[in-house]
Amino acid sequence: MNNTPADNSLGAQIYRWFDERFKLDALVEYMRGKVVPVHSHSIFYYFGGISLFLFVVQVLTGILLLMYYRPGADSAYESVRFIISNVEFGWLIRSLHSWSANLMILAVFIHMFSVYFTSAYRRPRELTWLSGMALLGLSLAFGFSGYLLPWNELAFFATRVGTGMAGAIPGIGQKILVIMRGGEEVTGATIGRFFGLHVAILPGLTTLILSGHLLFLQRQGMSEPLHWENLPAEKKKYQKFFPNFILRDLLVWLIVLNLLAVLAVIFPDGIGVVHWPLGVKADPFAPPPAVIRPEWYFMFAFQALKMLPAHIWFIEGELFGIGLFTIGGLIWALVPYLNRKSAKGQPSKLFTAFGIFVLAFVIVMTALGYILE
Amino acid sequence: MKRISLLLILSLLPLVVMAQEDNCLTCHRDFEDEDGGPSYLITRDVHIQKGLSCADCHGGDPSLEDMDEVRESRGWRGVPDHLEVPAFCARCHSDANYMHEQNPSLPTDQLVKYKTSIHGKRLFGKKDRKVANCISCHTVHQIANARTPYSSTHPLNLPQTCAHCHADADYMAEYGIPTDQYDGYRKSVHGEALFENNDLGAPVCNDCHGNHGALPPGMASISHVCGNCHAMQAQLFDKSPHSKAFEENDFPACETCHSNHLIEKPGDQMVGNKEPAVCVECHSEGDGTRGLDVAAAMSLAVEKLANAQAEARAALDEAIAKGMMTTDEEFRFKEVQQMLIATRTQIHSFSLDTILTMADAGYEKAKEVQTNSAALIDEYFFRRKGLGLATLFITLLVVALWAYIRKLES
Repeated sequence: MNNTPADNSLGAQIYRWFDERFKLDALVEYMRGKVVPVHSHSIFYYFGGISLFLFVVQVLTGILLLMYYRPGADSAYESVRFIISNVEFGWLIRSLHSWSANLMILAVFIHMFSVYFTSAYRRPRELTWLSGMALLGLSLAFGFSGYLLPWNELAFFATRVGTGMAGAIPGIGQKILVIMRGGEEVTGATIGRFFGLHVAILPGLTTLILSGHLLFLQRQGMSEPLHWENLPAEKKKYQKFFPNFILRDLLVWLIVLNLLAVLAVIFPDGIGVVHWPLGVKADPFAPPPAVIRPEWYFMFAFQALKMLPAHIWFIEGELFGIGLFTIGGLIWALVPYLNRKSAKGQPSKLFTAFGIFVLAFVIVMTALGYILE
Repeated sequence: MKRISLLLILSLLPLVVMAQEDNCLTCHRDFEDEDGGPSYLITRDVHIQKGLSCADCHGGDPSLEDMDEVRESRGWRGVPDHLEVPAFCARCHSDANYMHEQNPSLPTDQLVKYKTSIHGKRLFGKKDRKVANCISCHTVHQIANARTPYSSTHPLNLPQTCAHCHADADYMAEYGIPTDQYDGYRKSVHGEALFENNDLGAPVCNDCHGNHGALPPGMASISHVCGNCHAMQAQLFDKSPHSKAFEENDFPACETCHSNHLIEKPGDQMVGNKEPAVCVECHSEGDGTRGLDVAAAMSLAVEKLANAQAEARAALDEAIAKGMMTTDEEFRFKEVQQMLIATRTQIHSFSLDTILTMADAGYEKAKEVQTNSAALIDEYFFRRKGLGLATLFITLLVVALWAYIRKLES
């Protein structure tokens, strides 16, 4: 930007006004100095940005939905129906919200696995990884809490099964279940809790952690691939973060926006296993539908727990599964500290194999979940 | 040792008691056919299942092994004559105290009603051995509750039970009544519901004719019989001008238009001023009534509403197929369906003004569904066009940005 005193355009004047007060020149200089590595896996750098873009779409569409959504057993379903059928473009906002939620989870997963397989979590980016893991957890919590809000049949029974799993934890399980449900059963009180979680607690936490995640990224820059450790400087290629990478990011966002628009208009209720038809209102006294399934991103865990036998040794099968997932999740989260080789800039076959196993497990279990139902 | 002996005796006691109690089955099974012999059929009989024995009906001492001795033993009643069967069964079934102990839900007036029926009158009055008595309908040794699927009085079996005599032209020849009731019933809307859809709520013979007090419904009572289920139609008809006219001309109320056993599924074609409308069977041009004019107007009104309903359905289906949110219209369409049913029912009042008012209201509602569904279909295309424009705009932006990046990096 031309911000010399000779430039008297309105834009330059506004810039100078802010620069005098907030020292923008220093920030711009810092941004101009930032570079992004260019290599064969550079495409994965964009998935963090895609996740961020979709999160922004979520926030904007979520705020619009909030204007008509009314939580409560007597009003939630009716208000969603009203949004879809009576509110101008309400159907589009709901569809965009649902599609961007699913695409965001997908982008977050791709982002996470790409960071894992390129060992980008290694020192000094441990906190970026940990904050990313927290953001993944928050994204899944967004999905779980949002699923119940339309108060339709599928959401009701899926939430009953999902919260019921928490009840399997010995000792504190029942207490967690009651806290989640706001009582023994899934009722209007559960909607109140999930609604509060979905529109206040989770967005607040996400904003906080996301700010940290982005701040770490800006201060430390993009991670370079492991094999660059021994590459001569002249063979390393970079592009400027500003404006080159930012413009490319913007380009990708526009492509994602286009994709989102097509999906939201052509498939307003989703398609295949990614679908959210409003269906019939939840009736706690009705028999559960023949197929109760969670959202696709919970399917691997749901299927794995379903396939476990009733008892493994003396432990309940479901409890055993939850225990294994907890241990696996901890290993995954603490990988920057456990993978000593990556800290030294060396690849680790063990952790690569572990990553492949986790990825294969998630894909196979998800596929089995839909095939066996 | 004493204790063991005592236990042995006690454990054998039931066998001894059983042997003493009933030798009937033991002997009868020696010579009876396994597929249809009474001693084999009886296991499916409600009386045996409730704990009664052969001797409770036939008398005699069941502990005796010799049949001649049994015939001489206490209370021997043997096999009753056809004319004696009602009294034979009524020994228990008309005993209110006894039946209250055995099965309080069963009535005890079967014999009283039977005596008022055509069957009973002929049996007791004319000593007619061909008319039905208890066992003709309930069988002899396989008597079961009407809710039991194999029972001869279960709704799915009852029409055949009656038809056993009533569809036999030779057997019924001397009574001078038709024998095509069963054939007609089977083809009727009721028979179709029963036999093809297994709808146990469909009326069978006894629902119109009664069971123990079986009578053909009389002229005055037929609308009451049909009105048991078709209450609204019966009520409207009773208040209509036809009610009095039918009565004066000895026309049975419902039967005149709908027939009796061969009651076909009613359709809009039944009303009108030309064939196949049933109105023309009584009314004709210049008969001094407004009959044919009213029939034509009613037919037109119902046809118009039915067509509007079909068009509304087609528009709604198209909107559904296009994935539009049609919940409100589906609710509205249900109202149209309800209004069409109500208008068709109202025909039984023959009140043209009321029918026209109802048909017009239904027509307006159907048109509303059609218009709203068409708006939803328009909305679908509007969305597609909007998407096309938005996609084009974003794509242009992408291309422009890509060109700018290339220029910047070159």
